[in-house]
Amino acid sequence: MMTEFLISIGQRVLAFLYFVGGISKLASQTFYFLFIPPFKRQRILLEAKKAGLDSLLIVSVISLFIGVILALQTAYLMQRLGSEIYIASIVALSLVREMGPVITSLVVAGRVGSAIAAEIGSMQVTEQIDALETLAANPVQYLVVPRFLALSLMLPLLTLFADIIGIIGGWLICVFKLGISSSMYLQVTFDALLFKDLFTGTFKTVFFGMIIAFVSCYQGFNVEGGAEGVGRATKQAVVISFILIIACDCLFTALFYFIFP
Amino acid sequence: MADQEDILIDIQEVTKSFNSHKVLNKVSVKVKRGSTLVILGRSGCGKSVLLKHIVGVLRPESGKIFIEGKDIFSLPDKEFNKLRLKMGMVFQGGALFDSLSVGENVAFSLIEHDSLDSKQIWERAEEALSMVGLSGIESLMPSELSGGMKKRVALARAICIKPDVILYDEPTTGMDPITADSINELMRNLHDKLKVTSLVVTHDMKSAYRIADRIAMLYQGKIIFEGTPLEVQNTTHPIVYQFVNGLAQGPITETAGHFR
Repeated sequence: MMTEFLISIGQRVLAFLYFVGGISKLASQTFYFLFIPPFKRQRILLEAKKAGLDSLLIVSVISLFIGVILALQTAYLMQRLGSEIYIASIVALSLVREMGPVITSLVVAGRVGSAIAAEIGSMQVTEQIDALETLAANPVQYLVVPRFLALSLMLPLLTLFADIIGIIGGWLICVFKLGISSSMYLQVTFDALLFKDLFTGTFKTVFFGMIIAFVSCYQGFNVEGGAEGVGRATKQAVVISFILIIACDCLFTALFYFIFP
Repeated sequence: MADQEDILIDIQEVTKSFNSHKVLNKVSVKVKRGSTLVILGRSGCGKSVLLKHIVGVLRPESGKIFIEGKDIFSLPDKEFNKLRLKMGMVFQGGALFDSLSVGENVAFSLIEHDSLDSKQIWERAEEALSMVGLSGIESLMPSELSGGMKKRVALARAICIKPDVILYDEPTTGMDPITADSINELMRNLHDKLKVTSLVVTHDMKSAYRIADRIAMLYQGKIIFEGTPLEVQNTTHPIVYQFVNGLAQGPITETAGHFR
């Protein structure tokens, strides 16, 4: 009983170390091939479209709702305190510093990360990855580099966009439900936001984008066992991305809290 | 061997295991320049694994592979990629890139390595496709093709770079007899006219007799027999005899029983 328990712990630790090693190797290869020709702009643009432009609609819908929810929830407390006007600043700050970046990253991890893991996974199963190698095209350079660039560049842009839509959501509630004037709402919003809020909120999404790219590609490359394996890899890619994004966010928040008090 | 210069691919005692199961156990085999070697074996006996070592997709635990006298596993990546561009591989399921059109698939390595201008690239792709009897399908996507067509496109992709060596992984499996024979004829032509060196793994005996200069048999991770097609036909080796004649009863199925 005890030995079985220890064995299972040992196996988990090994699997974890194996994962960390694999991701690190993939990351170092990606950074290496970032600077090795041929550079195919077309491929990066295509991935940027898939990761960024195609996610606009779902990111807008979700962040609009988040803005509305935030405004309503803070209104609950603020109305009791008789200080409704602070709703605007609370909505703006929580969106720009936390909700916008994290929600956007999670949406992109679910939407784009899963697609990447499934696509690369199917390529692995049907020997397309091997075929790339035999045609003297490095799979990391061909598949990972464009996705890595696309995700780490598009995620900050998507986040900024989500912030704006979310603030519009809060504005809708404050102006049409609570009777705060539009100019007042905007005034309070811009007074509350500092450059460091925008910077810390957006900067960390570059890393969230990297996490999604590396985890999804890694899971795709390591698919074993046909269609079932592809399904498992896709699920793992999303779950691991979620965990790492939240953990990384916690780290950044703590870091920024002490750097920019 | 009479002349060392003649050997293009020299596989020396390659060993590879997956999950402690030895798939290849000190496999040694040589392929002469311009000749066709067919490797026979049952499904799952490690034939494809052997091919993947030659193109460097897999690395052996021990043993060496020399191509044109160069030890491929100690070559720097750049050198090895140059060597890879002289080799074409036809995968079992085709392994076409399904996000690219047929034309882009065939011309893949020409596009990727910017070796020619775009007009020449498309001429070469067109030429390769017409060689496999599939002119004018450049703009189709792989998902629109039948299994046999996919394999022929894969062959076109392999010959588009005008390779010195072509490796075939079960080129005729799953094809109707007529298409299979046209593939055999094409392989024969490449061998006769372009002097392409070929290594074919298959279990299709008809195809093997048709294209082979020499035939080897891989069994339980070892090459147990090598000879000319005539020697294979007249063999008294019990394992080879059972395989070649497709008998359900014999030493192969008996020993397989021991492993269950």
